[in-house]
Amino acid sequence: MMGAHLHEGDTVLVREDYPIGHIRTPVYVRGKKGVVVRRFGPFGNPETLAYSLPSDKRELYKVRFRQRDLWPLYRGSDADTIELDLYEHWLEKA
Amino acid sequence: MRGPHDVGGLDDGPVDNAEHTLTLWEKQIDAIRWLIGQKGIVSTHENRRTIEQLGENVYNTLNYYERWTASLSRQMVDKGILTQDEIDAKVAEIRKRLSDHGELELRAGQ
Amino acid sequence: MSPHDHDHHHHDNHHDHGHHHDHDHGHPHDHQPDDKVHSYYQILGVAMKELLIAKGVVSADEVRRAVEMRDAITPANGAKVVARAWTDPAYRERLFKDANAAVKEFGIDIPATHLVAVENTSDVHNVVVCTLCSCYPRDLLGLPPSWYKSRAYRSRVVHEPRIVLSEFGTFIPDDVEVRVHDSTADMRYLVIPRRPEGTQGMNEEQLASLVTRDTMIGVSVVQAPKGA
Repeated sequence: MMGAHLHEGDTVLVREDYPIGHIRTPVYVRGKKGVVVRRFGPFGNPETLAYSLPSDKRELYKVRFRQRDLWPLYRGSDADTIELDLYEHWLEKA
Repeated sequence: MRGPHDVGGLDDGPVDNAEHTLTLWEKQIDAIRWLIGQKGIVSTHENRRTIEQLGENVYNTLNYYERWTASLSRQMVDKGILTQDEIDAKVAEIRKRLSDHGELELRAGQ
Repeated sequence: MSPHDHDHHHHDNHHDHGHHHDHDHGHPHDHQPDDKVHSYYQILGVAMKELLIAKGVVSADEVRRAVEMRDAITPANGAKVVARAWTDPAYRERLFKDANAAVKEFGIDIPATHLVAVENTSDVHNVVVCTLCSCYPRDLLGLPPSWYKSRAYRSRVVHEPRIVLSEFGTFIPDDVEVRVHDSTADMRYLVIPRRPEGTQGMNEEQLASLVTRDTMIGVSVVQAPKGA
């Protein structure tokens, strides 16, 4: 699986795909680069569970992005960040 | 391209931070949703997915608890627990109750 | 893009016609006003309850008890945890290491919730959202406020958090990092706000009374007591 062996501190790129379904990777981070700040361990995959299908476990990661990397017109501080909890199959080591 | 629920990053007006007390029926829908999850009948994932599939116009017309009501009714029919005919008949019954007695809810003993 | 009944919008710039709120709004271009839809959904809510009770899926008693139980959960739960974290450094450490275990010390036993406490410091101010739906640490804070579930909050706090915070009367200095947490999976985030100046003499109970729901979401900071 794509991002199954990520560690804290790894730089990752969020996959830029647009599948139809129950996706918990918001559009605003697709194709963006961030840093893994925490590993949460294995969880069922909502994309599968949402359709009442049995699911395998996926590693879940907390990924931090710099706001200025996400929004060209970001008006806050350069230090500002945002963190999302993302599943391994959406992340590639960058 | 985004689903109607995937709103992070869009523009919108000022946040209206007035407190709104929930009505009893909103609390009941919330409780029923939780109970149905506890009993393993419908999962949170299935619920969320059903809401996301409402489509943009419906998603943006209905408020938060109405979306949950819509999702709940859809799920109950999809899972064969209720039929749409039963739901339609009950809605007609409540409408009649409302027009005859001016009351939405059954009183104790009715 | 889905078809609209009215003018096509620029891709990521959905200017509201006022119908993305939790209130009723007429839609000027539709043939039927939204209030017919809203009244149908109110009736449908009651219909669902009565049908599910009649079918034995839930009992009237269960519904009543669930409503009462959920009503009984208030932000006082979270406030107790914050006050303990302020006064007991060892507890504070346990809270950030394993929030579920730490809140269990208060009898808040929530194995189905993956709670994560995030710390406001002199360098970082945290604020929590769920852009995709409205996930919220209900066991610590009770039912979420309408604004937390609103499109305006969910859409804007991720890309203009400081402006949204200012709408709550909260101004974070530029040299403090504003860190937004979007609850996209099973984790529920609880902000542990900073203890204000002028509270040295206060006991845990008094401290807890200063901690509001909004400070644990991160849109507000805890105010020093008046006259402190």
